[in-house]
Amino acid sequence: MSVDVLTPQLTGRILPRANPLSKLFAAVLVTVVVMLSIDWVSAAVVLGSELLLLPLLGISAWQLLKRTWPLVLAAVVAGYGTALLAEKTGAVLLEFGPVLFTQDSVNSGIAIGLRGLAIALPGIFLLTTTDPTDLADALAQKLKMPHRFVLGALAGLRLVGLLVDEWRTLGLARHARGVGFEGNPVARLRNFLGQGFGLIVQAIRRASRLAVAMEARGFGAGDRTWARESTFTRLDLWVCLVGVLIAGTAVTAAVLAGTWNFLLDAS
Amino acid sequence: MAEHTRKREAVSIAARGWSWRHAGRKRPAVQDIDLVVQPGERVLLLGASGSGKSTLLHGLAGVLGDDGQGEEHGSLTLDGSPPGRVRGRAGLVLQDPDTQIVLARVGDEVAFGAENQSVPRAEIWERVRQALDDVGLDVPLDRSTTALSGGQKQRLALAAVLAMQPGLLLLDEPTANLDPEGVLEVRDAVVRVLDRTGATFVVVEHRVAVWADVVDRVVVLAADGGVLADGPPETVLTDSGTRARLAEAGVWIPGHQPAVPGLLPSPGNPLLAARGLSVARTKRGPVVLDEVDVDLQAGSSLGIVGPNGGGKSTLALTLAGLLPPRGGALAAAPALARGAGTSPHGWKSAQLVTRIGTVFQEPEHQFLTHRVIDELEFGPRRLENSDEVTVRRRVDSIAERLRLTSLLQANPFTLSGGEKRRLSVATMLATNPDILVLDEPTFGQDANTWAELVALMAELIQGGGSLVAVTHDQEFTEALGSRLLRVADSQAVPEVAP
Amino acid sequence: MASSQARTRNTPTYRPNYQWRVVDIVVASVVAVAVGVVFFAWSAGYTGISAITSAFPPLAGLYTGGWLIAGVLGGLIIRKPGAAIYCEVLAAAVSALLGTQFGLTTLLSGAIQGVGAELIFLLFLYRKWNLGVALLAGLGAGLALAISENILYNALWAFEWQLMYVVFASISGVVIAGLVSWLAVRGLAKTGVLSAFAAGRTADV
Repeated sequence: MSVDVLTPQLTGRILPRANPLSKLFAAVLVTVVVMLSIDWVSAAVVLGSELLLLPLLGISAWQLLKRTWPLVLAAVVAGYGTALLAEKTGAVLLEFGPVLFTQDSVNSGIAIGLRGLAIALPGIFLLTTTDPTDLADALAQKLKMPHRFVLGALAGLRLVGLLVDEWRTLGLARHARGVGFEGNPVARLRNFLGQGFGLIVQAIRRASRLAVAMEARGFGAGDRTWARESTFTRLDLWVCLVGVLIAGTAVTAAVLAGTWNFLLDAS
Repeated sequence: MAEHTRKREAVSIAARGWSWRHAGRKRPAVQDIDLVVQPGERVLLLGASGSGKSTLLHGLAGVLGDDGQGEEHGSLTLDGSPPGRVRGRAGLVLQDPDTQIVLARVGDEVAFGAENQSVPRAEIWERVRQALDDVGLDVPLDRSTTALSGGQKQRLALAAVLAMQPGLLLLDEPTANLDPEGVLEVRDAVVRVLDRTGATFVVVEHRVAVWADVVDRVVVLAADGGVLADGPPETVLTDSGTRARLAEAGVWIPGHQPAVPGLLPSPGNPLLAARGLSVARTKRGPVVLDEVDVDLQAGSSLGIVGPNGGGKSTLALTLAGLLPPRGGALAAAPALARGAGTSPHGWKSAQLVTRIGTVFQEPEHQFLTHRVIDELEFGPRRLENSDEVTVRRRVDSIAERLRLTSLLQANPFTLSGGEKRRLSVATMLATNPDILVLDEPTFGQDANTWAELVALMAELIQGGGSLVAVTHDQEFTEALGSRLLRVADSQAVPEVAP
Repeated sequence: MASSQARTRNTPTYRPNYQWRVVDIVVASVVAVAVGVVFFAWSAGYTGISAITSAFPPLAGLYTGGWLIAGVLGGLIIRKPGAAIYCEVLAAAVSALLGTQFGLTTLLSGAIQGVGAELIFLLFLYRKWNLGVALLAGLGAGLALAISENILYNALWAFEWQLMYVVFASISGVVIAGLVSWLAVRGLAKTGVLSAFAAGRTADV
């Protein structure tokens, strides 16, 4: 696989046409609301809304699962971990040696698991429907972020695929020298670090050449124009509204249900 | 019209006693250059590695950096101004196609320079179309820049520079990383562009033949500073004194091939056999090559040839036991396996390095330590039954043979390109493998390193070694009397020698 | 003459310490991307590790140092204000792009961890770049990571487990992010690739 992260196959029909900033706004807003409270009601409302919006992505459930299974696994692990380590109050559900699950600790675990999924999905929405170059254009033109850094980051990101390939080549090249693929964990860790070092060396060499090429093309000298204009349309209003609606519903539902549990008040 | 105006805008170059020393280096990279280039002249810049050709080119592009990065003496000007102040008047195309592309899509990439010059939006797209047309790159504007071939990428880099409408075009070994088709593609595009724009032109390249007919002036930089020769190509390239000095400096000059021993291989024991082999770069990636039959024997060599992207390297890495075969059979004969099992990919590292060595295209990928001597000792020390005396003797003789003895304490990464290549070969020979696999061993090497490599490989084959080289270098395979396997369109076909 | 010539060829050099040059931005970006790719290889092992550590989740803290290298390494190489935050956020973006398990919040975590390292460099006014500072920066990043994770994700753990997570993450930050980054910069300086940077010319501080 050669990774080309900057020209992804965008999915869906509607969302790719929205300005990346409005999608970013909606995604951040929803994420923040879920993060602010650990309760199963707000998490479930957000997760439910996200699942309802999934058809917008235009990919099948199976494809989605293939892309996101690590998320699901991570949510399960996080939920389990919390159930194991939370305050053990409520009825005992399972006791096995030092392992103790109670009603309350399991509830906490479920809330954490749901919340993990609800937090992760906005990222998927954004990633699968947004062209990173458009995002950079929007960040620099609309949000007025310093263009040298935005474009520098974008140029760096173009090298992701190249560096992934290079990582693989490094592994083979080092194997040919007689290291890697075998040995005890310490030897493996050493090899991993050595390979990482090799990658960083190549990365800096490439970066230095890239910097020369960019400077030779007048980059970083001062103001610039933009060949592609980042624009807002009515669609962006809708995207923002949906974000606000989901966030608002989640908070309202949790407060009404009495489960809202502001993060910084937790302890 | 526009064409006419651009012709008028061709840039003049003036260097007076110009020197540049990179920060942290004792010697100047380039010294005492006196040079005047008239608007519209086409110049080929030659010189030994280390004579500062690239530094001069970067100086002309105004990208050498600030006081912190080096020290300048004398003056270097474009139309009377320091290059750093008139950036954009000079357009620079570099060697590596992959690290001079900035953006993800063809159109954006060409627009980038013009954007930086604050050209109005509507005009930018006009320039983009014109530039792509000039270099003959007929692809959609939203094509991914990663998906282009090497030759296309270099033409894209050229178009990206043209969109800035420079009066001076600077090319730093623009074809060194390309296959022969790519070289011609780029050369022809440059000629077309120069005819249209009339821009001043300076190119640095090892392989003189590519550009000799295009330029009207050749300038040779001396290794110890100053200009060694300067004049029309037919004068400079035919003067026997200059030719001798260029050859000595490792420059590839037309009509001169470095002396190498002739070799008639005499194939011996079979070592490795592939039958119906199919190969893929990654576990789940696509099969790049199918139904490959090939035999490797002691005392012979095989050249894997064909256009880039056809799967040559993948096949070589599979033969080398580094990638698992996707299908078919790859079996080591008893003479090679020596009890280690018939599948090379199943061998332990220590078994592999005494049987098959692989020299990668980028030597730095294989450096493991911080000193040359540690690199050389690394392999031998890990073998079973290695004692101090044998290791020392082995390392000494290899260092001697590959002229690395004076560099033993140096950091491998700080060596010159030719030295790195020699070290990467030496580290593989240190464990004395039966088969040596090389990926583009002569890419970007000067004529001296080339001749050294050929001589060494010939010696190896005569000593009963087996060689596999992925290469575009016909002179290399001819000098070694290699059998050829041509890889194209996902097929590998043996090629009958002409 | 010579020096005035040289001065005109680029951005003014009278404030060399705090202004980012193009080469600073690009190298910082690509180093962050490379670390992101290494992260990716690292996190390919992470789901497995968290399955192992789920018997005792705070142990996962020991493994977190790998996430913190970008900020410390970027700071040590570039030596400019903001380098640690910039590199850590960008590396996080790369791992999000390559599809690890953490989504948008990866960026937030990246920023928080970057700030942890950045604060240490700021504390020394971007003038000291020795082993001690590197280890402290690793510690800063580790603490920032552990405290933020405790608030954001481990909030329901009992206090002693949270504390243990902080201790493990700090150790990991000091050793993996601090020490390894410092060793890497020393090694990089010796290879000559950092010749455009102060870090490459004063390697042995």
